[in-house]
Amino acid sequence: MRVIGKPRRRVDGRAKVTGQTRFADDIALPRMLHMKLLRSPHAHALIESIDLARAQAHPGVHLVLSGKDFPVTFGILPVTQDEYPLAPRHVRYVGDPLAAVVARDEQIATAALDLIEVRYQPLEPIASAEEALAKPEPRIHAYGEQGNIHRLQAFRFGEADAAIAASDHVFEDLFFYEGNTHLPIEQHACVAAIDPDGKLALWSSTQVPHYVHRALARVLQLPASRIRVIATPNGGGFGGKTDICNHELVAAKAALVLGRPVKICLNREEVFYMHRGRHPVLMKFRTGVTKDGKLTGMHLQTLVDGGGYGSYGVASTFYTGALQTVTYELPRYQFEAARVFTNKPPCGPKRGHGTPQPRFGQEIQLDKIAERLSKDPAQLRLGMLAKPNSITANWLRIGTIGLEQCIRTVVERSDWVNRYRKLPYGRGLGLACGAYLCGAGLPIYWNKMPQSGVQLLLDRSGQVTLFCGATEIGQGSDDILAAIVAEVLGIDPLEVRCMTGDTGMTPVDLGSYSSRVTLMAGNAAIQAAEKLKAMLAEAAAEELEVAPARLQFANGRVSFESRSLTFAEAVVLAEAKFGTLGAVGSYTPPRGPGKFKGAGVGPSPAYSYTACVVETEVDPHTGWIHVPKIWIAHDIGRAINPVLARGQVEGSVYMGLSEALMEEQVFRRLPPKLSRALVHKMPSLLEYKSITSLEMPQMDTVLIEDPDPNGPFGAKEVGQGPLLPVPPALANAIYDAVGVRIDEIPITPDKVLRALERKAKGETPRVGPERFPQVPYPRALIVPPPWEGGDGNEVKHHDAPAVV
Amino acid sequence: MRHAHLVLSVNGEAVETAFAPYKTLLEVLREDLGLTGTKHGCELGECGACAVLVDGEPQLSCLLLALECEGRAIETIEGMSRGAELHPLQASFADLGAAQCGYCTPGILLTAKALLAREPAPTVERIQEAISGNLCRCTGYQQIVEAIVEGARRMNDESHR
Repeated sequence: MRVIGKPRRRVDGRAKVTGQTRFADDIALPRMLHMKLLRSPHAHALIESIDLARAQAHPGVHLVLSGKDFPVTFGILPVTQDEYPLAPRHVRYVGDPLAAVVARDEQIATAALDLIEVRYQPLEPIASAEEALAKPEPRIHAYGEQGNIHRLQAFRFGEADAAIAASDHVFEDLFFYEGNTHLPIEQHACVAAIDPDGKLALWSSTQVPHYVHRALARVLQLPASRIRVIATPNGGGFGGKTDICNHELVAAKAALVLGRPVKICLNREEVFYMHRGRHPVLMKFRTGVTKDGKLTGMHLQTLVDGGGYGSYGVASTFYTGALQTVTYELPRYQFEAARVFTNKPPCGPKRGHGTPQPRFGQEIQLDKIAERLSKDPAQLRLGMLAKPNSITANWLRIGTIGLEQCIRTVVERSDWVNRYRKLPYGRGLGLACGAYLCGAGLPIYWNKMPQSGVQLLLDRSGQVTLFCGATEIGQGSDDILAAIVAEVLGIDPLEVRCMTGDTGMTPVDLGSYSSRVTLMAGNAAIQAAEKLKAMLAEAAAEELEVAPARLQFANGRVSFESRSLTFAEAVVLAEAKFGTLGAVGSYTPPRGPGKFKGAGVGPSPAYSYTACVVETEVDPHTGWIHVPKIWIAHDIGRAINPVLARGQVEGSVYMGLSEALMEEQVFRRLPPKLSRALVHKMPSLLEYKSITSLEMPQMDTVLIEDPDPNGPFGAKEVGQGPLLPVPPALANAIYDAVGVRIDEIPITPDKVLRALERKAKGETPRVGPERFPQVPYPRALIVPPPWEGGDGNEVKHHDAPAVV
Repeated sequence: MRHAHLVLSVNGEAVETAFAPYKTLLEVLREDLGLTGTKHGCELGECGACAVLVDGEPQLSCLLLALECEGRAIETIEGMSRGAELHPLQASFADLGAAQCGYCTPGILLTAKALLAREPAPTVERIQEAISGNLCRCTGYQQIVEAIVEGARRMNDESHR
């Protein structure tokens, strides 16, 4: 291969280093107006009245909108259409938007917000998941399971509890993973305008233009064909721009009403309150192990703090239990989950979507198991690896697994054997692994259409234009698509012009989330490019008097031995022979083998694997944690552009380490006279701590290439999976360094000190959750695993009630 | 409010401007001069995305009033390349994966340029220190640091030609 696997400057690299990449807030249109949103100062309240008159009369104000202008709800998942663009009656978190002002400039709009008079009837805010369980009233939403419980899920794949009870060793551990947020450096922005043809256009920093398109059609009650959504390149996404945003819908409405372009750019504080980030999750793992280190069963319970709305939460909750089975052989598995509503900004998907939390617990528990069994943690894992081309207890079909090579690589490169448990007090090594999806097997809304489409046009100049709905969020989706087309057609990737993320021009791709673009859009691009290649080959073969199959496409030429044409000459011949040249390709993932209700979350065309070793130095006097080096090996199947692949791995390591050490999306209560509002403790980039270049350790990154037959040229994902092992590897390293367990994220110096104090007093040297509340999990859906005669369906008759 | 009228020196050109006197340099660059290559992530001096060079020193343009910049040499990302040719730092950033989403990139490139003007061959530690006020959420910083090392090497090669 001439392009795939070669380190290259990305096709959009020049634009990015010259400042020419045009982000949403860089767009300015003639006659453009500016919008600001009025946001609730209460965490939970009913709106008794709202008076817009003074704001409407303010000089420079063109339009004021409120909840009555938006009768239709929206939501990213069909089952949770629970948000209004502007809340008409009920506000559910501090920051929930309820009115909008459009004015000549931002200052006027901001000033006019103060002139809107709202009378609220404050309700008691629910601050935490435990409080949501304990207080069914006041209800945050009228829908859900009961009280403030949004969603309950329970599955049993084999008799896990019985298997655990009969095991040589039983481990029961509680873990907590605090919420944190994406923090893209680009604040969300959009511009809405009426096109010259009278149709609505919206430029937005979104990862999911197709879903925004659908939501606009629904909320504005317009035909989708009269709406065009253009995803501008995102200045960082990480999942934070995968939800439908209130401001997108409201700006679009304002542009329709006024017939003028309307822009909004959120300020940094608003981005913190917009959130849709990592769910705080409390977890209880009960795991059985044989004395020689094989898992017999696992019973995982999770309690997920969802915040004020549904967002992706139903899917996020499934993901807190979906991928426990794909790394290690697990014959029986029970999973119970609950997502509750609280009066905080809604949680949603952040890099790893629901899986970093349980991965944290699982990998620390394995470290504890290894210690109890007097086994090396790496050897323990190597002895229980899931098998390639197998089906798991919860009916996920695994293809290739490069995890063994990942583990062996980081063990060797970190000199694990000579250093683990052998470093002086205060220094330690920790190991952990992870796995992730290469795109979700099913789309968010049920349909039988492809998840990704690519269209290619060739013209007689030799120009290749690629159209795809995929969204460039920095990960390099344009580059990967250009590379794949260039490889097939034998040209330079810079010869391919990418037109992406524009619902008015490009075939549908569901968006840049769930690590799906390389695999899905990549396969669609191969299909389209192969069709064109066949046409070019047929035309060129006539000219060169050779069988089409014998032609080589490489280095911008179509050739057989010494006879050859330039690529452009071949295009001219093909255009003369076939007419205007174009082709489409599409991709639909294979169906997963699970057929039970709930089997839709977890299946993927392929799974990526990662292993990681973290080295740490812990100061026992201050609790300060220093991380000098991290070794990471990621099973990517095949790296399309190794420069970008390495960047994705290292960016994931950074983000995982930053949330493991310091990032927290946490709230404090204001006093009663301020309605006990739950406000963000640190909604600024200065106080919401994240790792800078000074704290970032050296990273030793290795890409493991074991091509997967479902990936384009064998490629699997790399954007999310490498985050997963980092937090537990850090926790395990701290244990190796100073002998204390920190079973919750973030791991801060005060927690290390507290655990060291407990150790000094002879108490359990651990900081972490102490109890798991009573959760009314429903009776489990019983699905026998493949090796117990199951066919992927649930068993119709439930037996005994599940253990609560 | 009456507009301030003054001449700013931006990327070596004298530019006549008229703007509300409370405007920051960031706002004047982006909104009045159309130089949107300068980014913003907080408008509070916390992220470094808006860094530009003022008299050769990196400054946060969100914390500077444009009024303060009269008579000072302002350099933005638009002035970094040499005509159509990329500055060696820009080229090394593009080649080595130092720009992922590209949003923090202009601020970091200018900060790095100022560092290399003072120290043509800085250590990795000095580079990490110099860009510690520029937040990047994508890269984990390692490829940025490598690109600055490589950019410095290319610049030194050029000057020894």
